[in-house]
Amino acid sequence: MTFRTRDLVVQYRGTRVPALDGVSMEVPEGSLYTVIGPNGSGKSTLMRAIMGLLPPSRGSVRIQGRETGAWTRKALAQAVGAVPQAEHLAFPLSVRDFVAMGRYPHLGPLRAEGETDRQAVGDAMSRCDVAHLAPRNVTTLSGGELQRVRIARALAQEPRALILDEPTASLDIRHEMSILQLLRESAGQGMTVLLITHHLNLAARFSDRLLLLNRGRVAAEGTVDDVFREETLARVYQWPVEVRADPVTGIPYVTPMQDPG
Amino acid sequence: MSRSLLALLLLGLALLAVLLSVRLGSVSLSTPEVLAVFLGRGDPVHRTILLELRLPRSLLGLFVGGGLALAGAVFQALLRNPLAEPYILGISGGAGAGAVLVLALGLASAGSGALPVAAFAGALVAILLVFRVAASADRSMDVRVLLLAGVVVGAFFSAVIALVLSLSEARAVRSAILWMMGSLSGAHWGSVGVVAAYTLPGALVLLALARSLNLMAIGEETASYLGTEVERVKKVAYGVASLITAAGVSMAGIIGFVGLIVPHGIRLLVGSDLRLLLPLSFLAGASFLTLADLAARLLLAPTEIPIGVITAFLGVPLFLVLLRRSMGE
Repeated sequence: MTFRTRDLVVQYRGTRVPALDGVSMEVPEGSLYTVIGPNGSGKSTLMRAIMGLLPPSRGSVRIQGRETGAWTRKALAQAVGAVPQAEHLAFPLSVRDFVAMGRYPHLGPLRAEGETDRQAVGDAMSRCDVAHLAPRNVTTLSGGELQRVRIARALAQEPRALILDEPTASLDIRHEMSILQLLRESAGQGMTVLLITHHLNLAARFSDRLLLLNRGRVAAEGTVDDVFREETLARVYQWPVEVRADPVTGIPYVTPMQDPG
Repeated sequence: MSRSLLALLLLGLALLAVLLSVRLGSVSLSTPEVLAVFLGRGDPVHRTILLELRLPRSLLGLFVGGGLALAGAVFQALLRNPLAEPYILGISGGAGAGAVLVLALGLASAGSGALPVAAFAGALVAILLVFRVAASADRSMDVRVLLLAGVVVGAFFSAVIALVLSLSEARAVRSAILWMMGSLSGAHWGSVGVVAAYTLPGALVLLALARSLNLMAIGEETASYLGTEVERVKKVAYGVASLITAAGVSMAGIIGFVGLIVPHGIRLLVGSDLRLLLPLSFLAGASFLTLADLAARLLLAPTEIPIGVITAFLGVPLFLVLLRRSMGE
C-alpha cells in the first residue's frame, strides 16, 4: 500500500483559508511515515482527506495509485485501518465486540462471524495486549487500554496499511513505547504506517520519514536529519529549540528552550 | 439469562398477550371457545367478537407496539442519544396537527376513516420538513441539525394544534385530545393491514442494517473508516423508522413511552448490540402494548382509559426497576 498526495488543497465550507494548501507527500510501502506540526496545522485534515471523507478542492489523493474517491468504503476499509483521534461511544459495548467491529469490511451487514474472523479478532487483541480485557465494557477502560483496544480494532481489519491520529496521546511511557514498537514491527513486516503525533523525539526515533506541516503547508519533508533543523522547527512551532544528538540513541533530539521573553 | 431463552420468553409473552386480549373483555371467552372459533366452529356471536373486534385490536397492538419500540431503538442509535424516541423528529406533532384539523373542520369524527389518512399526511409533512432542513445544511443529515429541526418542526405543529383547538367546539376538542392520548379502539382489519404493510417490511430492512447501525455508536467518522456507507445507512434508517412510526401513529394516536422505555429495558438485559436489541425490542414492545391495551379496556370497564396513561403507569416503574438492577451490577 502506498499513499500519495499531489498539490492537495482542502478547504472546509465557510472558511477562507484552506486547511491544506498544496501538500505533496508520498508514503512508500512498508514504511513508517510520521506527520508532525503545531495544533491546527492540518494533520487530522490530511488523514480525513486521504481516507476520502473530505474531497480535495484541488490536487489529488491516491491510495495504491488509485484516486481515493474511486475506492468503495468497503474496499478501502479492507485495505486501510484508520484510527481517528477521538471517539465517543454512545452506548456500552464489550471490548471483544468493539474489536470485532473491525471485521465489518469483510463481513458486510449480514454475514455471520466465521473461524477466520474469530482468529483475526483474537490475534489483533493479543498483539495489542488486550486479550485479558475481552469481557470488559469499553467505557470502563483506562486511557491507555482504550487506545490499545482501538488499535486492535484496526488490526482486526487485517489491513495492509494503518493511519493513526495521535494514538499515544495521554499514554504513559510503557504504553507509548509498546504501541510505537508495535507500529515499527508492523512496518518491518510490510505494513504501511502513517502516524500523526505531537511527540517529536519519538517520531524521530521510530520513523523512516517525516512530514512537518505548518498552516496547511509543507514546511519540511524527508528523513529526521532533513526535518529536524533548529531554525525550521523554531519557526514552525514559534518557540526556540535546540537539536542535539541523543546521548543514548544518537538520534537527533529536540529540546524546547526557555521563553525568550 | 441466556439470549435465546430471553427471545423465547418474549415470543411466548407475545402469544400470551394475544390470547389474553382476545379472551378478556365485556364478554369473556374461554381458551376452548377461542380455539373453536379459530377452527371455524363456535358460537356466531363469539365469532364476531373475536374476529371482527378483538383479534384486529390485539394484532394492531402487536404491530404498533413492536414498530414503536423498534423505531425508538433505531432513533436512539442514529441520534446517539438515549433520550431519543420515535416522536423526537416531530412526527407526533405533524400527525396530531393533521388529526386535529380534520376533527375541528368536521371532516371526520372519531373512528372515521379520514382521521388516520389526515394523521398520516401530517406525519409525512413533518418528516419531509425535518429531512429537507437536515439535508440542506452543510454536513448532510447531521445529528444536531436533525434534532434541532425535529424540535422546531414539532413546536410549530404544537402551535397549529393549539390554535385549531382554541377555535374548535367542545366536542371536537374532546375527540382530538382523546385521539392524541392514543387508543386502539378504532382497530379493524384495514388498519391492521396498513400498519403491517409498513411495519413488517420496514422491520426487515432495519434488521438488515443492524450491524451497520452498531458502528454508528462509535461515531460516523469511525463507521466510515470501517467500511460503512454512512450517508446511505442514515437516510434509509431514518426514512424507514419514520414511516413505521407514522403508520402506527396514524392508526393508534400518539402512544408515548413504548418507543423510549422498551429499547432501554431490553438494552439493560442484553446490551447494545442492535442485532439482538432490534428484534427483542420489537417482540417486547408488541407484548407490552397489547397488554397495556388489555388493561386500558378492563381496569375501569366499561370506561376505557387512554392507553398512553397505562403505558406510562406500567412503563415507568418497570423501567426504574431495570435501571436499579443495572446500577447494582
